[in-house]
Amino acid sequence: MPTTQELIAISPEIILALWALSVMFLDLLIAQSRKSILAYWSLLGLLLAGGAEFSLWGREEILFQGAFVQDNLSLFLDLVLLLATGLSLLMAKGYIKDLEMEHGEYYTLTLFATLGGMLMAGAGDLLIVFLGLEVLSLSLYVLSGFRRTEPMAQEASLKYFLLGAFASGFLLYGIALVFGSTGTTLLGGIAVAITEGGLLGDPLLLLGLGLLGVGLSFKVALVPFHMWTPDVYEGAPTPVAGYMSVVAKAAGFAAALRIFLSAFLQLAGDWTLLLSLLALLTMSGGNIIALAQSNMKRLLAYSSIAHAGYILLGVIALNSWGLSSVLFYLAAYGFMNLGAFAVIVALRDGEREYLALNDYAGLGSRHPLLALSMAIFMLSLAGVPPTAGFLAKFYIFGAAVQAGYGWLAILAVLNSVLAAFYYLRVIVIMYMREPAGQVAKMTHSPALALAIFLAVIGTVQLGLFPAAVVELAQASLFPFLGS
Amino acid sequence: MEAFFWVVAIPATVSAVGVVMMRDTVYSALLLVVHLLAVAVLFVLLNAQLIAAVQVVVYAGAIMVLFLFVIMMLGLGRGEGVKEKLPLQRPVALLFGGAMAILLGVVMSQTTIQPVAGALTPGDVLAMGGNTQVVGRLLFSDYLLAFEVTSILLLVAIIGAVVLAKRRL
Repeated sequence: MPTTQELIAISPEIILALWALSVMFLDLLIAQSRKSILAYWSLLGLLLAGGAEFSLWGREEILFQGAFVQDNLSLFLDLVLLLATGLSLLMAKGYIKDLEMEHGEYYTLTLFATLGGMLMAGAGDLLIVFLGLEVLSLSLYVLSGFRRTEPMAQEASLKYFLLGAFASGFLLYGIALVFGSTGTTLLGGIAVAITEGGLLGDPLLLLGLGLLGVGLSFKVALVPFHMWTPDVYEGAPTPVAGYMSVVAKAAGFAAALRIFLSAFLQLAGDWTLLLSLLALLTMSGGNIIALAQSNMKRLLAYSSIAHAGYILLGVIALNSWGLSSVLFYLAAYGFMNLGAFAVIVALRDGEREYLALNDYAGLGSRHPLLALSMAIFMLSLAGVPPTAGFLAKFYIFGAAVQAGYGWLAILAVLNSVLAAFYYLRVIVIMYMREPAGQVAKMTHSPALALAIFLAVIGTVQLGLFPAAVVELAQASLFPFLGS
Repeated sequence: MEAFFWVVAIPATVSAVGVVMMRDTVYSALLLVVHLLAVAVLFVLLNAQLIAAVQVVVYAGAIMVLFLFVIMMLGLGRGEGVKEKLPLQRPVALLFGGAMAILLGVVMSQTTIQPVAGALTPGDVLAMGGNTQVVGRLLFSDYLLAFEVTSILLLVAIIGAVVLAKRRL
């Protein structure tokens, strides 16, 4: 039986699970015309879960015989996940209504996906990593095909499912080999087994670690495991694409931090080399292909791949600076990327979406506020001061230099310069190009406006006054790295 | 015992290859039954009788019947009309699959897998009331969280199937 203390410590996850169930029940009672109540109800659940996270701050609870760890690291990542979920729900409310897919299941699945991500963030056992990942992925497979009549959505869903299942196979195989070598799936137990069993160069363990890496790389879309990303983002409903780009990445990196640092820290010499190669491929691959994109969602898909490469630098740096900048980067990335997706959601005329880059021509004069927000997000994604994206890159590259990866940091900076080209092109098109025909129409909705407003505030706030979040990110490492 | 392992493992592998290679989907499904039964025997060899029974009842029984039912109902018998659009797919798959198999073989031949510390011997299991009791107790103690999360996972799968397949939501 779980103790009361355990139940309290895992209360954010319990709240979210119960809330997802309650959405399903409420869905039965609410008439189709008033389904948007469910959006507010889900947001309330997110707020409650977030409140529970805050009240747990500063503890380190090891729960369920080590299967789950609720420390500041998981709380910080959970807050990022909850925030991203909230923003994407605000975006989704009007969108799914206009596109005639406003069903309660949308909210249920979104909440369950977030729950999966939160389980990954606090996993103390490879089993929980796997189960959390599956809860997250299964929900996302369905959400990306939520526009069921649209062939592109079906393609996205099927592609994501087939490749995702394949990647899960790799992850599971990796877990099995690690278990075979160390005799345990507990992350802490693996570390102990490596020391006590003298498994440092054990080929079975290394192979298992490699397969685990492949599985996780797929989920956070590192090159060469990124092939699915543009197609899935393009076919998925836009709010879902934004949600995926942040939540799946944050959860994947959370699991990677847990696995690589608490279980395989002693093998760091082996995996940092591999990861720096992946980081290099991911940054360059994502950015170079993004240059050629003319569809906004595909552009953001490749840009999100490149950002995963930058974030990887912080993991490779393997010092407390690097790890806290990974957390800061994830928070900043959540705001700016979801903001950019929110602008895409806003540019819509009923069912028709304006996704081509050329549709953005003339936006600067026609919808000045929207264009200004988009400009801020693009500048931040490009890493121009004084935005969140600049500081996030600054911290993470600094950590890489400090850890002796100067060459990687230089290549990352060169990559950011390359990336600036396609981000700035969006701004140039918005402000300087004459529209060929009609200027893209904009859908007005208070919830969507709130989402964009919050994203702008977050992006600017983290850029100008980062101290509070940086301190929070540093504080979240304390019990985790100390142990 | 070791000899018996090979007696089961070789058919298991051959039938697994057959599942992929067969042109007729019904043959594939039937070969999958053979494979699942062989794996069930492997579980018995490992003294995991409960898991073996579950494997036979759930996988070889229930799920495979459902598989065959769907294949026959939809008339998917022969995989005609499926054209391979990627001409290099087969050779590349063989190359990488073979490389992976060789790598795994080399790694396995170089390691001896240690028995898990604190693992129960068959005698312990018998003293504790048998396989079913031990697994059940573990599920509700050490693996409680995993057990609960699995139930959520299954629920998500059900919701997802309904969302994607139901004509009117």
